[in-house]
Amino acid sequence: MRRAGFYIVLGAAAVAFLYPFLWMAGTSLKPPAEVGGLSFLPDSPTLENYRLMWVRAPFGRALLNSLLVATVITLSVLVLGSAAAYALARLRFPGRRILNALTVAVLLVPAQLTLIPTYTLIVELGWVDSYAALIVPFAFNAMAILILRQFFLQVPRSLMDAARLDGMGELRILFTVFWPLAAAPLATVGILTFMGAWNEVLWPLLVVRDEELMTLPQLLTVFSLGGGAGPRQLATKLAAAMVLVVPVVAAYAFLQRYFIESMASTGIKG
Amino acid sequence: MRAETRSGLLLSTPYAVFLLCFSLFPIGFSLVLVLLEWDLVTAPSFAGLDNVRTLMGDARFWQAIVNTFVFLAIHLPLQIVIALGLAWALHRPLFLRSFWRATFFLPVVISGAAVTLLWSALYATDVGLLNEVLGQLGLGPVPWLTDPRIAMPAIAVMATWKNVGFYIVIYLAGLASIPRSCHEAIELEGATAWHAFRHVTLPLLKPQTLLVVTLSTIGGFQLFIEPYILTGGGPLRRTLSIVLYMYRNAFSYQKMGYAATLGVALALIIAAVLLIQRRVLGTAEEA
Repeated sequence: MRRAGFYIVLGAAAVAFLYPFLWMAGTSLKPPAEVGGLSFLPDSPTLENYRLMWVRAPFGRALLNSLLVATVITLSVLVLGSAAAYALARLRFPGRRILNALTVAVLLVPAQLTLIPTYTLIVELGWVDSYAALIVPFAFNAMAILILRQFFLQVPRSLMDAARLDGMGELRILFTVFWPLAAAPLATVGILTFMGAWNEVLWPLLVVRDEELMTLPQLLTVFSLGGGAGPRQLATKLAAAMVLVVPVVAAYAFLQRYFIESMASTGIKG
Repeated sequence: MRAETRSGLLLSTPYAVFLLCFSLFPIGFSLVLVLLEWDLVTAPSFAGLDNVRTLMGDARFWQAIVNTFVFLAIHLPLQIVIALGLAWALHRPLFLRSFWRATFFLPVVISGAAVTLLWSALYATDVGLLNEVLGQLGLGPVPWLTDPRIAMPAIAVMATWKNVGFYIVIYLAGLASIPRSCHEAIELEGATAWHAFRHVTLPLLKPQTLLVVTLSTIGGFQLFIEPYILTGGGPLRRTLSIVLYMYRNAFSYQKMGYAATLGVALALIIAAVLLIQRRVLGTAEEA
């Protein structure tokens, strides 16, 4: 009997979390006359809202921009980041201590403090309206370095010695000995980095003004502020939001366990 | 040079250069910018402490601080109660357990821009879903985002909906770490479920609650896209956030010195608020 109570509470909560998404998907398929009803099912579904948003703003291009930016950032954080983490964990060289200390220290600095100075740097470099402005400031991530370094420290010394005896260079040791062992932390870092880059909106709003270079959340934001608030505009904006939401929901449907565990284990919120 | 030293330098140099350019330089330069007046077009000029003086007397800045505390006053309790409640309900063998968890977590992975746009539609006065539901119950339409008293609470509710799944997972991990014997011991003494929850579970979840408070507070001070899309900071500046004001100073008014000053002030305020929270919650534990 008590168990039934839990199901009622959870069911009601689930409706509150899922129905808005269903309603958004449904409304994006409705003609203007139907927009605003309680039901999410359109009586006469239409793709007109999708056609309108697609011709009014370069969403296809923005989708590609976002994919490119998020992919390059993720690869950089994983490949260059793990190389740095490997050196910091397992190699002795001058400056290692201070680099380790700095990695921890910069995590304590809120992003808002560095936002404006970094922006002035990008402007002075002449990087406004470039992929470099969107990618380079995120090419490394101190949190990722810390997570990977922590893991690399636990790899047994004997494995490294054996690889060195085989004449392997450090990069080969990193990618053929350490990486296969580090699949879990690499996946965590990869998911968090890709998600963070994919969802970022404040930074692109600062450094990109050319519509052709805008990322998806940025273009969506700009698009949502234009136009009116009538039923047609509302449905068109929701259609645009669907372009951003659907790929994430699709990935989440398959990988939700990894998403949840990655974020919970590191205490990082998207 | 030894091969290990050479490899170490080679592999870590890109990261060291990155830290220098995108962490250390910006941190140091933020303090320099505080002293400058600079529009990024003409040469910067030394302004002494003008930016700090302006900040002290800037009604918009103080309004943004007040707005943030209004947001936190609603968001924090809501977030803790809902996250704790749903985690507690989920912390037992239930049918479809991972489905419930994944459902509550879904908004966490979705871009803030998309979630905010979705809620602008939910909150729309005439065609929005919320007023539609109220209408079915015979209640009048609520001007969610245009009434100065309602707009910030509305944003706080939206932020809770967006983030609560994350905190449910944190509380679930906390609940899983409480030994069964704790519950059984108190049940043997005949305590009611509420008593057990209040006097055993809740105190043991203290570390999780601290984490929820810390992360939500930081999040509250970083509000940007929510007011940017939903209200533009209005009505009557009641939803203007510090980051939105900082963004406008840099992007729209071209005042780099003043925007950086806001950034430094924000960092100091976040640090102070977190310290005070630690103090208060820390002493509560000893009592």
